[in-house]
Amino acid sequence: MSKDTPVVAHTISVLVANEPGILARVVGLFSGRGYNIESLTVAETDAKQSLSRITIVTKGTPMIIEQIKAQLARLVPVYRVRDLTVEGPHIERELALVKVRSTGDKRVEALRLADVFRAKVIDAKADSFVFEVTGSSDKVQTFVGLMETLGLVDVGRTGIVAMSRGGEPL
Amino acid sequence: MKPEESATTGADLLVKALIDEDVEVVFGYPGGAVLPIYDSLFKQNRLRHILVRHEQAAVHAAEGYARSTGKVGVVLVTSGPGATNAVTGLTDALMDSIPIVCLTGQVPTHLIGNDAFQEADTTGITRPCTKHNYLVKAVDALARTVHEAFYVARSGRPGPVVIDLPKDVLMNKHDYTAPPKVAFEHKSYRPQTKPDPKKIAQALEMIIHAKRPVFYAGGGVINSGPKASKLLTQLVHLTGYPITNTLMGLGSFPASDKQFLGMLGMHGTYEANLAMHGCDVMINIGARFDDRITGNLTMFSPGSKKIHVDIDPSSINKNVRVDLAVVGDATLVLEELIKGWKAKQPKVDQKALKAWWAQIETWRARDCLAYKSDKQTIKPQFALERLYHHIKNRDHYITTEVGQHQMWAAQFLKFEQPNRWMTSGGLGTMGYGFPAAVGVQIAHPDALVIDVAGEASILMNIQELSTVAQYRLPVKIFILNNQYMGMVRQWQELLHGSRYSESYMESLPDFVKLAEAFGAKGLRCHEPSKLDDTIKEMIALPHPVIVDVVVDQKENCFPMIPSGAAHNEMLLGPDDKAGKLSDEGMALV
Ligand SMILES: Cc1ncc(C[n+]2csc(CCOP(=O)(O)OP(=O)(O)O)c2C)c(N)n1
Ligand SMILES: [Mg+2]
Repeated sequence: MSKDTPVVAHTISVLVANEPGILARVVGLFSGRGYNIESLTVAETDAKQSLSRITIVTKGTPMIIEQIKAQLARLVPVYRVRDLTVEGPHIERELALVKVRSTGDKRVEALRLADVFRAKVIDAKADSFVFEVTGSSDKVQTFVGLMETLGLVDVGRTGIVAMSRGGEPL
Repeated sequence: MKPEESATTGADLLVKALIDEDVEVVFGYPGGAVLPIYDSLFKQNRLRHILVRHEQAAVHAAEGYARSTGKVGVVLVTSGPGATNAVTGLTDALMDSIPIVCLTGQVPTHLIGNDAFQEADTTGITRPCTKHNYLVKAVDALARTVHEAFYVARSGRPGPVVIDLPKDVLMNKHDYTAPPKVAFEHKSYRPQTKPDPKKIAQALEMIIHAKRPVFYAGGGVINSGPKASKLLTQLVHLTGYPITNTLMGLGSFPASDKQFLGMLGMHGTYEANLAMHGCDVMINIGARFDDRITGNLTMFSPGSKKIHVDIDPSSINKNVRVDLAVVGDATLVLEELIKGWKAKQPKVDQKALKAWWAQIETWRARDCLAYKSDKQTIKPQFALERLYHHIKNRDHYITTEVGQHQMWAAQFLKFEQPNRWMTSGGLGTMGYGFPAAVGVQIAHPDALVIDVAGEASILMNIQELSTVAQYRLPVKIFILNNQYMGMVRQWQELLHGSRYSESYMESLPDFVKLAEAFGAKGLRCHEPSKLDDTIKEMIALPHPVIVDVVVDQKENCFPMIPSGAAHNEMLLGPDDKAGKLSDEGMALV
């Protein structure tokens, strides 16, 4: 595979048994084999069957992406690996909490922009807001960027969760 | 009887579970955390425990046992240092896909994470060097975990599995659950063993229409079981095509067969490597395009269509893009290919095949393993030729250490059957061969088991002489003593201006006396003319024997494909000079 093969970001969903060490296995696989993790989210999604869903955004050449999927699928507690980027249309969402401290015009402008981005105010003090914004990573990034000149003091982002469109389960 | 008396301790339950998994032998070393297990072992006589002298050796012995029997090798070590000492062996087993279950002691659950005495984060440390690992937190999960661990270790692509056992879990009481009577079904782990019939049909088409084909078979064929080797041989005979083996695949096809081109790769034969380079269809069965095989990837077999049969989908398209991937167990895939071939009765292009064989014969005629013999000093190649001459008509098992002697053994000893050759391929672990030979000898008490060793490697697990003495194992250690870390010296000669930095073996022991110190027999041979007698004596002795064969210090192992070079840039002998290696090549291992 030549060096100039395009490096593309892929969003991969992994259904795993929710057991101790599973996240370490996945993360260790990426660090041990030198793969990128752009974003990673994980939480239990089925308490009865004790299943967790991991969403990973990673970058690589097609050959590397294929390897990553095969390596993930090979882990004993992994049920399913789906590459949402190649398997039809899907949606991605991220949530961020954005803390802004400002007064006067800047405070008004922050609130106005929050409205444009449909960000919710979830905490307000005389000189600060905490906004909750959800959407694509791009949207979240744009909002955070705009807040930079308006008194941004803190950001927390969840990383991406994603799902295929239509009625099929993972 | 009160109910609590009828219940079993975790340790007893563990022993029961092992027996139900058909375990006969455990290689281990005791310590505080596993004392309950040793107590349970003491009270029974179904399981045999072999006391090694270092935990690394326990794993290698279990590997030798596993590889020579096809069964899962079992290891038992204590917490902390016991577990960390086992790590090299586990990594070795992972790289070479050897089924191992390694039981490690652990501090009691309430102390985990407290930096307790002899605590190590065993599951954390072994996560990247096992196929899977478990920490058993409660006794009610113990039996189930053991059964699952054996399933995971032996199914799909085999590998090592660790079960970490806190001491309180071993002492708590619980009833035993026997393994499931039906075939074990794991909830998430379901390796694909049956090949897709469409892929089989496509593979057959490619194989039938090949003009310059080559079979390239690896350790996966051995791991699939002896039947796979039979089937491979049958298919290769049906087609009339040439075949080469990887280091791990030796024995999957009879070496004396005319269709066999020898081993391929860095120290493979001229004919095998050039056939790989020049073929138009490559049929890879159970090999993984390892960097020791491919050399420079951009120049690897540039004109061929490649079929890759592997049970592990992650091996496919990892290093080399292939044209057709067939995921499945080698036995099942070979069965289908043979069935398909017989049903079709295909007419292969005999003219093309004849021309291809004629080409191969010209490569063969180079006699790439030829070496300059010497009347005064024993050439290592000569020593192995003579060794082979004396063992070829009796059942024998060969293990090796790592270095030049290992490559010469692969080149000069001929393997006619699977499971007779144990060597550390993927990890290249010096110190593997002797403990592996211990494991093989335990499994095959009456067989001739020989560790072909270097004088440097053998010192890495030499303590096992004590094990061999205790169990009266007639293991033979055949040292090709060149007083150098020969393989290191060879690279320094070729790549670092002959600056032999730290590769001379200073202050070696007197191996004859060393053998005697452990109650074994020591033999030494300097002269080519006395070699036959020495070998005969070694074979005839019913004891463990160390043979110190004093060989030429300067001999190098050829052919050699220098790192970063292509198959057709092979050095055939000392007079071939390596072209200037690229920086990239120099950086390769
Ligand atoms: C545990 C370990 N350490 C270091 C190496 C690197 N190494 C590879 S071959 C070799 C020299 C082996 O010397 P010897 O056993 O005498 O074999 P020879 O090459 O001389 O036949 C060394 C140091 C290794 N393979 N394994
Ligand atoms: Mg040596």
